[in-house]
Amino acid sequence: MTASTDTLLSFEESLEKFDPAMGLEVHVELNTNSKMFCGCPTEFGAEPNTQVCPTCLGLPGAMPVVNRVAVESAMRIGLALNCEIAEWCRFARKNYFYPDMPKNFQTSQYDEPIAFDGWMDVNVPTEDGGIEVVRVEIERAHMEEDTGKSLHVGGSTGRIHGADYSLVDYNRAGIPLIEIVTRPIMGTRANAPAVAKAYVAQLRELIVALGVSDARMDQGSIRADVNLSLAPAGSGGLGTRTETKNVNSLRSVERAVRYEMQRHAAILDAGGSILQETRHWHEDTGVTTSGRVKSDADDYRYFPEPDLVPVAPSREWVEELRGTLPENPTEKRSRLQAEWGFSDLEMRDTIGAGAFGLVEQTIEAGASPQAARKWWLSELARRANDTDTDIAELGVTPADVVAVQALIDSGSLNDKLARQVFEGLYAGEGTPAEIVAQRGLAIVSDEGALSEAVDAAIAANPDVADKIRDGKVAAAGALIGAVMKQMRGQADAGRVRELILEKLS
Amino acid sequence: MSAPTDWTRSTAAELAQALADGSVTSVELTELHLARIDAVDGAVHAFLHVDREGALAQAAASDERRAAGETLSPLDGVPIAVKDVLTTEGLPTTCGSKILEGWLPPYDSTVVSKLKAAGLPILGKTNMDEFAMGSSTEHSAYGPTHNPWDLDRIPGGSGGGSAAAVAAFEAPLAIGTDTGGSIRQPGAVTGTVGVKPTYGGISRYGLVALANSLDQAGPVTRTVLDSALLHDIIGGHDPKDSTSIDQEWPSFTDAARSGAAGDMTGVKIGVITELAGDGWQPGVMARFTESVDLLVKAGAEVVEVSCPSFVHALAAYYLILPAEASSNLAKFDAMRYGLRVVPDGDPSAEDVMRATRDAGFGDEVKRRIILGTYALSSGYYDAYYGQAQKVRTLISRDFEAAFASVDVLVSPTAPTTAFKLGEKLDDPIAMYLNDLATIPANLAGVPGISVPSGLADEDGLPAGFQILAPALEDERLYRVGAALEALLAQQWGAPLLDQAPALEGAPR
Repeated sequence: MTASTDTLLSFEESLEKFDPAMGLEVHVELNTNSKMFCGCPTEFGAEPNTQVCPTCLGLPGAMPVVNRVAVESAMRIGLALNCEIAEWCRFARKNYFYPDMPKNFQTSQYDEPIAFDGWMDVNVPTEDGGIEVVRVEIERAHMEEDTGKSLHVGGSTGRIHGADYSLVDYNRAGIPLIEIVTRPIMGTRANAPAVAKAYVAQLRELIVALGVSDARMDQGSIRADVNLSLAPAGSGGLGTRTETKNVNSLRSVERAVRYEMQRHAAILDAGGSILQETRHWHEDTGVTTSGRVKSDADDYRYFPEPDLVPVAPSREWVEELRGTLPENPTEKRSRLQAEWGFSDLEMRDTIGAGAFGLVEQTIEAGASPQAARKWWLSELARRANDTDTDIAELGVTPADVVAVQALIDSGSLNDKLARQVFEGLYAGEGTPAEIVAQRGLAIVSDEGALSEAVDAAIAANPDVADKIRDGKVAAAGALIGAVMKQMRGQADAGRVRELILEKLS
Repeated sequence: MSAPTDWTRSTAAELAQALADGSVTSVELTELHLARIDAVDGAVHAFLHVDREGALAQAAASDERRAAGETLSPLDGVPIAVKDVLTTEGLPTTCGSKILEGWLPPYDSTVVSKLKAAGLPILGKTNMDEFAMGSSTEHSAYGPTHNPWDLDRIPGGSGGGSAAAVAAFEAPLAIGTDTGGSIRQPGAVTGTVGVKPTYGGISRYGLVALANSLDQAGPVTRTVLDSALLHDIIGGHDPKDSTSIDQEWPSFTDAARSGAAGDMTGVKIGVITELAGDGWQPGVMARFTESVDLLVKAGAEVVEVSCPSFVHALAAYYLILPAEASSNLAKFDAMRYGLRVVPDGDPSAEDVMRATRDAGFGDEVKRRIILGTYALSSGYYDAYYGQAQKVRTLISRDFEAAFASVDVLVSPTAPTTAFKLGEKLDDPIAMYLNDLATIPANLAGVPGISVPSGLADEDGLPAGFQILAPALEDERLYRVGAALEALLAQQWGAPLLDQAPALEGAPR
């Protein structure tokens, strides 16, 4: 666990004195079948070093060949972000040492990215319950390859310091990445953390809609680097920035921005200056710690990769890909809000919970908009929040929600029982039908059993029964409660009420 | 030909014929060459690794195929030597460097795959300047190769091993690689034929890169026809090398055969004024001028052509090459393959890396890594690397302008004959100057050939005649090269190499 001795200024005071500027760099791991520069498979979680060849191991003599599908995915991302697509671009070598980078250079794009000069309109929830649209300008989206992964064995922290030895898995080396870089996002003030989160969330939705990546933050298939600087309030300038690397959940993006704003503000307010450096984000403690100091500019000695021919997509190809783009998420959102009949507040809550796509899929799978919203926002969003889990990673699918709602509609479940079915889903006990069967949750509408239970309740509560006999029908609620308790909530409440009134009339 | 007593003196084309008519078997040929290696390589040191068993197994397989009525290629069964810069599965590949000592690549380079697929037994791996950096093969970490014409002299570089193996009759054929002249210049100083094809004409997959944008593998042989036969086998598109050219190539063998008739009528030849004259060894110039005269007599039209940017070629080359090389060599980190030197005490990973690189890289390699790292550094990139790339463009334009009026360009291949071992070792610039005439072709990606043009009067050592053609027009090299070879052979009565001294009983 990382202790931090950072002094923080309160968020409010930070804003009084300073204006934040943010830059976000999001890495997206593409879900191509083969790697960026060789034919090796890219399956996640395979045995270490089983998906490697001379090229992705950087063995002497091996050569790269560009994966056409990865180029296509990069162009589709670029087009979806309203970017220009380069008529001609190249890969470059970014030379630096990194223990799990087999060639000692990363094949990337430098001054000639495949896509550039785009934008995305981001819907940001505001304090007053509305939605503010912030246009985030995209500087570039470029192609590069991922590195391998180190595992440090021995030592308590899992970090290289104190480890006995290190193992390297090159399965990930050479997996295609797209890096999407924004221009500085200015003028968002108190909304800066929310804008950062909303941008990454919306970008992730877009990537999912494009079908180019699994876009799972928990597996690192989307990773965000957060650049932040503060300038004196109203100055309109840019301060010295820090770069917080590999922030791996939406919530952390928001927290990291807020933390760095408060940390910078405390330093600047005390008359200090910000060190240009990379910072590490610690999910567990919610703080950043110092990484590599960038006092001298990095010298990556970029030069064009001589082993690869330039990429020169024809305009026909670009237009063909433009035709494959899914609907613009912002426009789609307005359209669906109208179709679903959601209020602005309902829409905002849905987006804020990261459940927009899930609600949409649930409705598409047959649930009513209100039912879909009810389950995702009451039950599931609360569960995600309580357990600090991404809502998409709860183990509940849109199809599950549709199935649960169908059981309610058919009278087999009530809301209370449905919550128990969700418990079963979190625990991975199977499909809703299997959970109902295994846990014995279905509503009992068997007349004999119900009649028996009602008789028992009447016998046990003679005072209440008398009141009902005297015409005080409202008292029936107490008897219904007793029957439900006896039948562990699985009785058909309507039929129980009818039986009580019949028997006591 | 009447019953030759020594098949090692034959050309590859002659050996192919002898195999075809049953005069000899591939196993016999391979054993003869292995015996020749045993006899003379102690003195020549052309080989770093001889694969006796592998070669004999491949030869036996070839003989079986032939007995069954199948052959895989026109050179099926003819043995070959391969420069140690091309990966060979399970066979050492060191690039002449200590840092790769003991490395057994898990894969074959495409050139080697094609040789195997064509049925050529691979005798072994030939010596070279470390990572192909040099013009004399004196920078090999495993000791220099000696020129079979005079064992006190250099065999050229970096492919001195391949050229010497062919010149010393240890192998009828060899593969070299040419980044700034490393096939052509060794060819010139050993009296062999060396071809640098059009950049991209032969796959670089498995060729351990010196400078990726300049490297090109090619044939080293005794005759132009042999080079053509070999080029037809190793050339062509490779999906594993995206810079390899995807097109149908004409038959270079046909071009060489038709050129051998010696008719040069209608061929326009440009003599590059910047690559001849003052400062060039008189004996080299004399053989060059005579060759040009022979071509004129055979009907060629000769004009002088100026390529003014060529004077900057060497400077541009010595920025681009080290830049690319510095990046290529950074992966030798002592962790995964090759040498690992662990200093005493409790060394960090960085300490191991430092000690390994210190021990594993030679002076010339270190020199170029430093140069290249500097040339690419921020703040210097534009002044050095960027400027060099501009010169490269100008050199390409010089070629384009010249080829607009002539079919081929010619020059002596190297300014001098083979110099003495050690003579230029302490003077890198003097060493670099030896590649003056060959470098422009690499910068522009155009093909070139060096054909033996005779022996210089003052030292009796071989001189080379370089022919350059436009990119993709390699065919012209074989046409004109074969013509010149035939015209010269009439004077000499046989290939020039027949005049090379016998090395029997020469091991040191």
